[in-house]
Amino acid sequence: MSIQLNRLNRRALIKVGAAAAAASAVPTGWAIAQSSKQLKVGLMLPYSGTFAQLGENITAGVELLLAEKGGKLGGREVQFIKLDDESKPELGPQNAERLVKRDNVDVLIGTVHSGVQMGIHKVVKESGTLTLVPNAGNAAVTRELCAKNVFRTSFTNWQPAYAMGLALAKKGVKKASWLTWDYAAGTESGEGFKQGLEAGGAQFVSLLTLKFPETNFQPLLAQIQGLGVDAIGAFFSGGGAVQFVKDYAAAGIKVPLCGSGFLTEGTLKGQGAAAEGIETALHYGDGLNTPKNNAFRAAFKAKTNRDADVFAVQGYDAAQLLAIGLEAVKGNLEDEKALHAAMETTKIDSPRGSITMSPQHNVVQDIYLRKVTNGENKVVSTIAAQLADPGTGCKM
Amino acid sequence: MIDVGNQTRLLPHSTAGWLALVAFAIFWAILPWFVPLYYIELGTSAMIAAMLALSMQLLVGATGLVSLGHGAFYGLAAYAVYLVSPENAAQPIWITLPIAMAVAGLAALAVGMFSLRTSGFFFLMVTLAFGQMIFFVFHDTKLGGGTDGAYLGKPLISAFGATLDLPRRQKPIGIYYVALIQLLSMYIGLAVLLRTLFGRALEGIRVNEHRMRAVGFDTFKIKLTAFTLAGALAGAAGHMWALHRGFVNPEIVGWHQSAEALLMILLGGLGSLHGPILGALALTGLSEVSQLLTERKLLVEGLVILAVVILLPKGLAGIRVRKDHAADGADHG
Amino acid sequence: MRNDAWGEGNLRPRLMTISGLLAQCLNSLQYGLLLFLISSGLTLIFGVLGVINLAHGSLYMIGAYATFVVVRATGSLWIALPVAMLGGILLGGLLERYLFRHFYKREHLDQVLLTFALILLFEESRSLLVGNDFYSVPIPTALDFSIPIVEGFSYAAYRFVVIGVCLVLAAALFVWIERTKMGAIIRAAAEKPEMVDALGIDPRRVHMTVFAVGTALALTAGALNAPLSSVYPNMGDGLLIISFVVVVIGGLGSISGAFWSALLIGTIDTMGKAYAPKLSGLAIYLLMAIVLLWRPTGLFGQRT
Repeated sequence: MSIQLNRLNRRALIKVGAAAAAASAVPTGWAIAQSSKQLKVGLMLPYSGTFAQLGENITAGVELLLAEKGGKLGGREVQFIKLDDESKPELGPQNAERLVKRDNVDVLIGTVHSGVQMGIHKVVKESGTLTLVPNAGNAAVTRELCAKNVFRTSFTNWQPAYAMGLALAKKGVKKASWLTWDYAAGTESGEGFKQGLEAGGAQFVSLLTLKFPETNFQPLLAQIQGLGVDAIGAFFSGGGAVQFVKDYAAAGIKVPLCGSGFLTEGTLKGQGAAAEGIETALHYGDGLNTPKNNAFRAAFKAKTNRDADVFAVQGYDAAQLLAIGLEAVKGNLEDEKALHAAMETTKIDSPRGSITMSPQHNVVQDIYLRKVTNGENKVVSTIAAQLADPGTGCKM
Repeated sequence: MIDVGNQTRLLPHSTAGWLALVAFAIFWAILPWFVPLYYIELGTSAMIAAMLALSMQLLVGATGLVSLGHGAFYGLAAYAVYLVSPENAAQPIWITLPIAMAVAGLAALAVGMFSLRTSGFFFLMVTLAFGQMIFFVFHDTKLGGGTDGAYLGKPLISAFGATLDLPRRQKPIGIYYVALIQLLSMYIGLAVLLRTLFGRALEGIRVNEHRMRAVGFDTFKIKLTAFTLAGALAGAAGHMWALHRGFVNPEIVGWHQSAEALLMILLGGLGSLHGPILGALALTGLSEVSQLLTERKLLVEGLVILAVVILLPKGLAGIRVRKDHAADGADHG
Repeated sequence: MRNDAWGEGNLRPRLMTISGLLAQCLNSLQYGLLLFLISSGLTLIFGVLGVINLAHGSLYMIGAYATFVVVRATGSLWIALPVAMLGGILLGGLLERYLFRHFYKREHLDQVLLTFALILLFEESRSLLVGNDFYSVPIPTALDFSIPIVEGFSYAAYRFVVIGVCLVLAAALFVWIERTKMGAIIRAAAEKPEMVDALGIDPRRVHMTVFAVGTALALTAGALNAPLSSVYPNMGDGLLIISFVVVVIGGLGSISGAFWSALLIGTIDTMGKAYAPKLSGLAIYLLMAIVLLWRPTGLFGQRT
C-alpha cells in the first residue's frame, strides 16, 4: 500500500520538476542549508516478472533499517520512489533516467538483474548519483567499470563460487565440473569455481551450459556420469534452481551436487526432499546465531510475516551503508569526498557477520559452507574469511 | 497468408498534410526550450523508436512484407558503432553513421536474398530465424560484450572537420536535434520515394504481386531493394540508439524489438507514413504515463491496445474528420 | 568481459557414448511430444481460422497455473488435469465467441495486435490472482520414483506418464481429424474455406470447436508439464516461438506435419544441448531457414 502513496508523491513531484532541476544547479554553499530537506531515495527493482519476490524482500530490508533509524538518515527525512524495472535490460537506461533525471533522486538503490544493472551503471556513472547495488553480482561493476559513486553490498558471482571450489578441493575432491546457464552470471561463477578448485590443488574439468533461462535440464544431466568427475557444482536461481535440483535427484546421479548458494536459496519449499544434503557456499545462511542476526530476523518477520533471506540482508545492508555515509556528512551529499571515505572505511555489523568495502567498492565478507538439513540452509563452517573479489582492472 | 489490406494511402496527399508536417517539425524543434532535460531525452527515445517504425513501414505498409527480423538490423547497426569505436572514446558521426547503415543494409541484402523466396507467414518466420541468428552472435559470443552488453563512447557530432563539442548537460540537446533531422529526412525521403515509379511498383506488389510479374516487373529485385533500403534505414535508427544511450545489449537485436516496431505501426495505422510516427510517440507516452499512474503498467498497456484494436480499425492515423473518409473511399471506389 | 577459455570449451563437441545417446533419444521424444501438444493447437487455429495466436504461450501458462491452484486446493493432480482440459475448452469457446469471431474479417495484423494485448492481460491477471512467486507442483506420490535407464542416469516415472498421455492425445487427435465428420469438415475448412459454406455447414460451429480444442490442448500441455517445470511468471514465452517453428516446418494446419516436425525439433534441440551447446540456440533457426528455403510451405505442407 505504501507503493500507492509513493506514486502519488511522485506525481506531485513532477509538477515541481523544473524547480528541482533549477535547484540542483545552485552552487554548493546552498546545499548545506538544504540538508534538512527530504532525501529522495529511488528504488529501482523488479516488482513484476520472474524476480518480483527478490525486489520485494530487498525493499523490505531497506525499509526495516529506515524504521530503526526513526525514518531519518543523516538527519534528513527519507522519501522512497519505487520503480519497477521489469528485469528488462533494453529498458535499463530509460528507467534509470526516470529516477535520476526526471525524479531527481539523491540516491539510487538497484537492482537484481545484471543486464539491467549495466544500464543503471551507465546512467549513474555519468550523473554521479550515489548508487548502492543490493543484488546484481556481475563482476564488471566493481572491476573494469568501477565508479567512485557506486557501492555493492551483495556479492560478485565470483565470490561464493570461488569459495565452493576451494571447499571441495580441501575436502579431497580431485576433479569437478560446473553446470550453469550461458549468461554472464553463469560464466563468471564458473570462473570463480575454477579458480577456487585450482587454488586448493584440484582440477577443473569442464563448464556445461544451457541457454538462459531454459529449464529442460535432461540433456545435460544425461552426460554427467560420463564426465568422470567427483563432484558437480551448479549455479541456477529461482524457478530454474527448483527444477534443476528436482531433476538432478530424479535422475539418480551418483556424483554429489553442490553449488553457489543461490541453488538452494529461497527455493527449498519447492525443492523439498530433493535438496536434502546439498552443500552450497554463500555469504548468509540459516542458524547464524548472532545477536544482530536474531534481532534482524525477528524484526523482518514482524514486518513482513515472511522469513528473512539473503536478499533481505543485502537490502538492509545497502541501507546501513547509506546511513553510515550520510551520518558522516550530516546529510550533505555534496561533500562527496567525506561521504565516500566514510563508506569505504566503515566496518558494518551485518546480520551475515562483519563486512567491509574493498577499494573497488565491493563487499568483503565471510563465505559460509551450508548444508541443507530439514529444509534449512544450515551453516556448517566458514570457508573463506573476509573474502574479497579480485577487483581486476578497476581504476577509480 | 498475411494481407495488410489495400486501403493504404502512404503519402501526405493534401496541402493540409504538408502543413501538419511543418507544424510537427516546428513543434519538435522548439520543444527543448520548454521542457526539462529528462523530457528532451525521452523525446529522443521516441524519435528513435519512430525511425525504426518508419523504416519498417517501407516493408509492412508499402510493400506488404511483414518481417520479424527488422529489429536485428537495428541492433546490428548499434553494435557496429560499438565495434568501430575505440575503447571508451568516440568516433565522429560521419564515420559511424555510414558504417552503421552500410552494415545493416548489407545484412538486410543477404537476409533478403534468401528470405524473399518465401512469402506471407513463412516470410515472417524466416526473417525471425535470421534475426535470431544475429541475436545469438551477440548474446552467445564475446564479440559485443556478451549477455550483459557493453558501453561505448557517444559518437561526436562533427561536420566538415569541425566537431560540435557541447558541454555535458547540453549533449542530449545536440543528440535530440540530430535525431529530429534524421527522422524528418527519413520521412520526406520515403514520401518522395513512394511517389516514384519504384514506390508505385511497391504498391503494385502489395496489392497483387502476380499481376506485377505478369506485366514484366522483376518483383524479386524490387522487393530486395526495398528490404535492403529498409534495413539500412533501421541501421540509422540503431546508430541513433547507440549515440543516445552509449550502451549496447543483446536485447536490442532480439525479435522483441521487431515486434515492438510492428506494434507501433499497427497502433498508428498501416495505411499511412505518419502512422508509425504517431504510433511510436503514443506508445512511448503510454508507457511513461502508465508507469506514473499505476504499479500495473502492463495491465494498462494491454487494455489500451485492446481498446485501440477494437475501436480503431485503422489505427490512430485513422482518426480524422469525416470528409477525409469520404475522400479515401472515393479514391479506392 | 569473459575469459576466452570458456567459449572454446563449449564449442568442442562433447563425448558421445551409446548409453548416453539412448538417454538423449528418450529426452528428445519427451520434449518433442510436449512441443507437439502445444503446436498442434497453434497449427489448428492458424490453419483453419487464419489467426496467428501470440497468446498461445500464455494459454500454456494458464494451464500450468490452474494446475498449481487446483493441486494446492485438492492435493490431486488427477483432478487438476481434467479441470485444465475442460477449462481450456470453456475458455477457448468464450474467447472465440466474444472476441476472435469479430476479427476473422479483419486484417491478420489486427489479430496479431489483439493477441499481443491478450498476453499482457493474461500475465497481469496471473500476477494479480496468484502472485509472482515460483511454485512447485508435486508429482503424485504413487509416481514419485525414478527408473534407471543407463548407468548413472534414471528417468522420473512421471516423465513416462507424460509421454504416454501425449501419445494418447496425439492418437485421439488423429482419429478425430482423419476419421470423423467434424474432422473432415475441419480439414476442408483448412484447405478450401469456401467449401464449408457450399456444404451448408454453419461455419461458426466449426470455428468455435477448433478454437476451443486448440486452447484446451495448450492448457493441457501446461497442466501436464507443471510438475516437471514448476510454475513461474512468463513461463510460456520461450515455448511460443519454438512452437511457431514447429508449425511452419510441419506446414500450416497439418496435424501430422506438426507431429513429425515436433519430434524433429525436439531431437535437434536435445542433441544440440547435449553435444554442441554453443550451437544449440542457433540450430533450430538454421534448420527452419533451410527447410523453408528448400520447401517454402514447410516440410509436410502442400506444395503450391
